[in-house]
Amino acid sequence: MLAFIARRLLQSVIVMLVVAFIAFLVFRYVGDPLANLLSQDATMADYEQARERLGLNQPFYIQFFNFVINALQGQFGVSYRLQQPVSQLILERLPATIELAVASSIIALVFGVMLGIYTALRQRAFSTGVIMTLSLIGVSLPTFLIGIGLIYVFAVELKWLPSFGRGDVVQIGWWRTGLLTQSGLRSLILPAITLSLFQLTLIMRLVRAEMLEVMRTDYIRFAKARGLSKRAINFGHALKNTMVPVITITGLQLGSVIAFAIITETVFQWPGVGSLFVNSVAAVDVPVMAAYLVFVALVFVIINLVVDILYFIVDPRLRDGARSGR
Amino acid sequence: MHTSLTRIAAALVASTMLAGVANAETIRWARSSDALTLDPHSQNQGNTHTLAHHIYETLLERDNDGNLQPRLATEWALKEGDDTVWVFKLREGVKFHNGNDFTAEDVVYSIERAKSEFSNMRQLHAEVESVTAVDDYTVEFQMEGPSLIYPNNLTNTFIMDKTWSDENDLATVQDFASGATNHAVLNTNGTGPYTLESREVDVRTVLALNEGWWGETPAVTEIHYLTIADAQTRISALLSGEVDIVQDVPPQDIQRLSNTEGFKIETGPENRFIHFGYKFGDEPLASSNITDSNPFNNPLVREAMELVLDRDAIQQVVMRGQSIPTGIPNPPFVAGWTEELDAYPAPDVERARELMAEAGYPDGFSVTLDTPNNRYINDEAISTAYVGMLGQIGINVTLASRPVAEHSPLILANQSDFYLLGWGVPTFDSAYVFNDLVHTKTDELGTYNVGLYSNPELDEKIVSLNVESDQATRDATVAEIWEVVKADRVLLPVHNQVLAYAMREGVTLPVQPENQPHMTSVTFD
Repeated sequence: MLAFIARRLLQSVIVMLVVAFIAFLVFRYVGDPLANLLSQDATMADYEQARERLGLNQPFYIQFFNFVINALQGQFGVSYRLQQPVSQLILERLPATIELAVASSIIALVFGVMLGIYTALRQRAFSTGVIMTLSLIGVSLPTFLIGIGLIYVFAVELKWLPSFGRGDVVQIGWWRTGLLTQSGLRSLILPAITLSLFQLTLIMRLVRAEMLEVMRTDYIRFAKARGLSKRAINFGHALKNTMVPVITITGLQLGSVIAFAIITETVFQWPGVGSLFVNSVAAVDVPVMAAYLVFVALVFVIINLVVDILYFIVDPRLRDGARSGR
Repeated sequence: MHTSLTRIAAALVASTMLAGVANAETIRWARSSDALTLDPHSQNQGNTHTLAHHIYETLLERDNDGNLQPRLATEWALKEGDDTVWVFKLREGVKFHNGNDFTAEDVVYSIERAKSEFSNMRQLHAEVESVTAVDDYTVEFQMEGPSLIYPNNLTNTFIMDKTWSDENDLATVQDFASGATNHAVLNTNGTGPYTLESREVDVRTVLALNEGWWGETPAVTEIHYLTIADAQTRISALLSGEVDIVQDVPPQDIQRLSNTEGFKIETGPENRFIHFGYKFGDEPLASSNITDSNPFNNPLVREAMELVLDRDAIQQVVMRGQSIPTGIPNPPFVAGWTEELDAYPAPDVERARELMAEAGYPDGFSVTLDTPNNRYINDEAISTAYVGMLGQIGINVTLASRPVAEHSPLILANQSDFYLLGWGVPTFDSAYVFNDLVHTKTDELGTYNVGLYSNPELDEKIVSLNVESDQATRDATVAEIWEVVKADRVLLPVHNQVLAYAMREGVTLPVQPENQPHMTSVTFD
């Protein structure tokens, strides 16, 4: 077991190094940070000097090497754009992104499972057709359109909910939460719905397919033959057996929701790590971009590691393989 | 332009009349990106200065017509008998937010800090040799030579409290290359009308009225300064009543907002012109099919290019009326601007074709036009429109569109044959344009003269402007330089940008030509 985890950890480190390396390879094409750093009246001499100081005249692999050395010491540098330590910037914004990601995952899970069961059990109902068609639209409409649409209806026309930002926040330790104030909760609704729609339809279709599959199996038929109540069959036996893949998918999706809430965060001016990244790209803020991409890789690596370990515990064959000391 | 100027004037009159009587009011003010830092000397950038002007103050400031006005300095003049020394009389009885008195040593400290190595303000003070406090309320600036226009350079250089700065170890400006961060990035102590209550970078900054401010009490007593990057969301926030003023309004929303009940738009000219530039010299162009000569170097070709540039069409179609076409790369506020220079020829495609034939390019030529696509209002659309116009005389243009972070380094490396660029003139003096766009490119001058125009005779005159001590002679030289720049078509100006602020009915924020509005100028109906 320990050897297995150690091996996976080593692989994870390599993944993160590769991500950082590719990031630095790509940064050269994003533009020149000096275009934003220096004022309009800076002289060519100023440019030379600044390039020298920032080490921008060095080849990218040297810049990458320096980044790795500093990152190993926990130093991610100072943002070019905001002049604050990068790790602090990311930590400050992380709670906003996590709260949004978790809220949207809960919405997706609850409604996705409910609608999935409903459409599986009432296969031929008219309402099922409507839900399935709507879910197709939900999958194919781009997030920013959904966001702008929701803003238009619920903020501009009805004036029920705020159109941007996170409302009032409360500081608990280093965690800045919007969940404890009314305006914070109201602000969460639209972005969470926007971010959840894609996952919601995914989960719904998954649950429906699994349910249909399970409903055809023998033990459900025997359960029916035994005369168990519909309720016990549907929820006690069928649903239980569909949940394993659903939980796996939702868990893995949480990673991509945290990492790629970028569009939703931009449309709603949600102050999370995604909007920080977008602003940093526009300003060619290399320290922030690099740290963010490594952070995203870390999120995926951790989630996959946890999933692997869970499989390891669940599946005896993996365990035996490890014991035989491959 | 005339109507907007009268409106500004009217607003100014209204503001002085209303200031005393208005009630306590909070303004929620949104724009597309936040100030980069609160350190007043670190960045020379509009958004950063705009916020700083509410907390810190400068010796002099610009009013909404672009005129120089006293602020922390009450009088300024050249020292009698020595035209290399500027003497500033300071306002008495001014206090910093922490209660410290504002005196001459704060000015000396701040100018020296603005001149220091990591300050982006240092070019504006490059000609200051030393600053000395004569007494508590008099400061002398020893210049390297006569510098008639130096006071123009002080309108964005903020004064910090020396005692507070020393306590917090602020003698050097934040160096973006170092790992350390500076106390002044997030903390302030100015003399300005508002104090910093709280700041969440990229989210919201709250400012409260400084009760002890020396000026007339402004109508706005609390400011919520918000960043909303997405244009649609920004306008939605105004429409839903969550903000009162939106600064960066996309041109396509201007008409709609002014027709929406409960909202209005204030417009006015910005101190920024948009121009095309091209490569001079005999060297053939890298991106052209003509490999034995440089067509742009031929004055006839440049004339033909101006004759097909339909500035009025660009104004009406591309800018939806929101621009002021111009024939000179110099905004109308700037000293040296004249109506004659501003005039531009009517488009004449026939004549342009003749000129092309005369120049030896009857079939035209091909070239690449580099344009930014996220820096100026409709920058890429302006370029696209001009590409079509040039096609009429056989100039076959490939458009290369890039974000400004890629466009700037490309043109700065002189790698563009043909480009679009915008330019603001923060000193409100022609020399600023000449120094950076017209003077031969060197390590110190002509940084953005990336078409590599070079005219030694003009260079001499340009350098002389910086040391000329007689105003009349200087004005004459400026006029002479403009004559040559216009005749040679060193640059091909298109228009001056127009600023538009959107706000709810009942609030008025006049447009400030540098796009640095002061919430002290807000009035309520």
